[in-house]
Amino acid sequence: MLKIDNLHARIGDTEILKGLSLNLDAGEVHAIMGPNGSGKSTLASILAGREEYEVTEGSITFDGVDLLELDATERAVAGIFLAFQYPVEIPGVSNINFLRSAINSIREQRKEEPISGKDFLAKVKTCGQLVELDGKLRDRSVNEGFSGGEKKRNEIFQMAMLEPKLAVLDETDSGLDIDALRIVSEGVNAMRDANRSFLVITHYQRLLDHIVPDHVHVLANGQIVHSGGKELALELEEKGYDWIVEPQAGKA
Amino acid sequence: MSAADENPLLDEFTKKEYEFGFTTNIEADKAPPGLNEAVIRLISAKKNEPDWMLEWRLEAFRVWKTMKEPDWAHVEYAKPDYQAISYYSAPKAKVKLNSLDDVDPELRATMDKLGISMEEQKRLSGVAVDFVMDSVSVATSFKDKLSELGIIFCSMSEAIQEHPELVQQHLGTVIPVKDNFFSALNSAVFTDGSFCYIPKGVRCPMELSTYFRINEAGTGQFERTLLIADEGSYVSYLEGCTAPQRDENQLHAACVELIAKDDAEIKYSTVQNWYPGDAEGKGGVYNFVTKRGICETRAKISWTQVETGSAVTWKYPSCILKGDGSVGEFYSVAVTNNAQQADTGTKMIHLGANTNSTIISKGISAGHSQNSYRGLVQMGPRARNARNFSQCDSLLMTDTSGAHTFPYIESKHPTARVEHEATTSRIGEDQIFYCLQRGLTEEQAIGLIVNGYAKEVLNKLPMEFAVEARKLLTISLEGSVG
Repeated sequence: MLKIDNLHARIGDTEILKGLSLNLDAGEVHAIMGPNGSGKSTLASILAGREEYEVTEGSITFDGVDLLELDATERAVAGIFLAFQYPVEIPGVSNINFLRSAINSIREQRKEEPISGKDFLAKVKTCGQLVELDGKLRDRSVNEGFSGGEKKRNEIFQMAMLEPKLAVLDETDSGLDIDALRIVSEGVNAMRDANRSFLVITHYQRLLDHIVPDHVHVLANGQIVHSGGKELALELEEKGYDWIVEPQAGKA
Repeated sequence: MSAADENPLLDEFTKKEYEFGFTTNIEADKAPPGLNEAVIRLISAKKNEPDWMLEWRLEAFRVWKTMKEPDWAHVEYAKPDYQAISYYSAPKAKVKLNSLDDVDPELRATMDKLGISMEEQKRLSGVAVDFVMDSVSVATSFKDKLSELGIIFCSMSEAIQEHPELVQQHLGTVIPVKDNFFSALNSAVFTDGSFCYIPKGVRCPMELSTYFRINEAGTGQFERTLLIADEGSYVSYLEGCTAPQRDENQLHAACVELIAKDDAEIKYSTVQNWYPGDAEGKGGVYNFVTKRGICETRAKISWTQVETGSAVTWKYPSCILKGDGSVGEFYSVAVTNNAQQADTGTKMIHLGANTNSTIISKGISAGHSQNSYRGLVQMGPRARNARNFSQCDSLLMTDTSGAHTFPYIESKHPTARVEHEATTSRIGEDQIFYCLQRGLTEEQAIGLIVNGYAKEVLNKLPMEFAVEARKLLTISLEGSVG
């Protein structure tokens, strides 16, 4: 489904990704772990189509389509969803109105009819229950005045509403207490199926207790340096990254 | 003339106007350029006015000659040559509208985007409309229906003929002839406008609306609106403006006077979309407008404006809160793009005790435009327990545009309370990217963000106007993030 091959990318003069390769099949959950500054969030941004990053080499194909040829909107239409690490606030725009506009924009671009009011509201109800997002938050302005946990739950709510083929979760666990972590994870797990893939970017193993991945990759210095099964996450938690990541000069 | 007869006429003017583009090839009865007593006498004679009206005009002209064009506003423009303007241009009676080939594609595209014309929307929703082209009222609809309630809604010229006592009693009482340079000029040369009187205790059952349009080249538009809401009455009034695209600057110096007697309420909404000039700042309308209302005891005046057009705007819809317990409100969204300049805001003059005012101003600057809020809150010596709350927000779309806030506060009563909040923010790349990631196009994203920002004001507009205003905001800011 997603095939990243030898990806090099930079922002300004700084090269961040230096030959990253990764394959995700439909229905799989892959976790990306790695130390700070290894390029995890950069990967998420590039997949979503952020223009500040310049891809200098390599390729990304999604469902056989050259993803780098698509702009951010087209990628969303193709079925890519990014759960942001820091969801922004959009004052004056209600969550519900925002989502309805998004769903109908995607439908329009897919040459589908707009969603009916009845279907939309039914969907809002089921998806809201999934992450225990109460009605008040759904009607409030997008993320405005939301707590950290509410913002993350709102991201998963939006994901459930938009039903992507590939969901990239960028440090969705950061800033979550145990309860919120459970709620968010349960929401994600409920969405797992044979046709949907997840790329879960995280610092900590604890998220992967709840969202159990099929594969775990270690990203360091802009490359995948090690891959393994779900047990790799535990090993990393125990031993840290040093045993995998080559020591930097002067740091060993 | 029955309402049924009037509507086809209105249809002809409104529909044709928009179907065939933005200049209307109508034979006009136009005065030679220049301003002197003879021209004023000509205007007055053309309109068959009573002597007191002519005298009032001549007095205004004498005052105007002694005045200087104000230059304190935060705008720069080449001052108009007042002797090069033609002060009277009227479509000749019973004209036939011709279609035009030289329709401007850009403006045409804008109208297509708006889908259905402003006028159509309002007519369909049963709003009474007065249509003023080049300062002359062309058609007024629903007049018969309104007159059953004793409501007078007609052109100013007609009011001077038919209801001279009402006009004479109220004209210039809120905006005196010598108030300012532009209002004095307007008083001397205004050719038409709208007049409205709501009798005691009557709640006007429909939105009243005036639609202004400058058509003729080399003319100015100087309309005069007078709206009187008698004791305990209510009226909601809408005003829309457009002008054809022309290379030269056109002057629009209007006066709007509102009088809300005891316990009356006036809601006055404007969607101003005069031609703003091209991207380099060539052409466009100079919108130098004086709007002011006076509130008697417990009366309320609410101004709502969405300003997207004009090359230069100089406009401060104000409230004189004369009566105890009266209320003034000002809700404004002003968008400037490209080379546009706007200096707009309000004055809340609290004279009575327990008076209350609210100011919500939202500026949006794009391109290399300059957008200023200028507002005065004045608490007089009798304004016991008067309250004001002001909120002035500025949104910058580009790093080459400017947002400025000039609040003036004067308080002469110790119990009066004035609150002022101001924010300036930049439209975030992050906000836009968030929207794009969810599948919205950039145009939709900007529309959503800007409309969210302006929501508090847009919510104050009557529904059919709000829809139009939202579209207008999105259109006027298209492709403007940088």
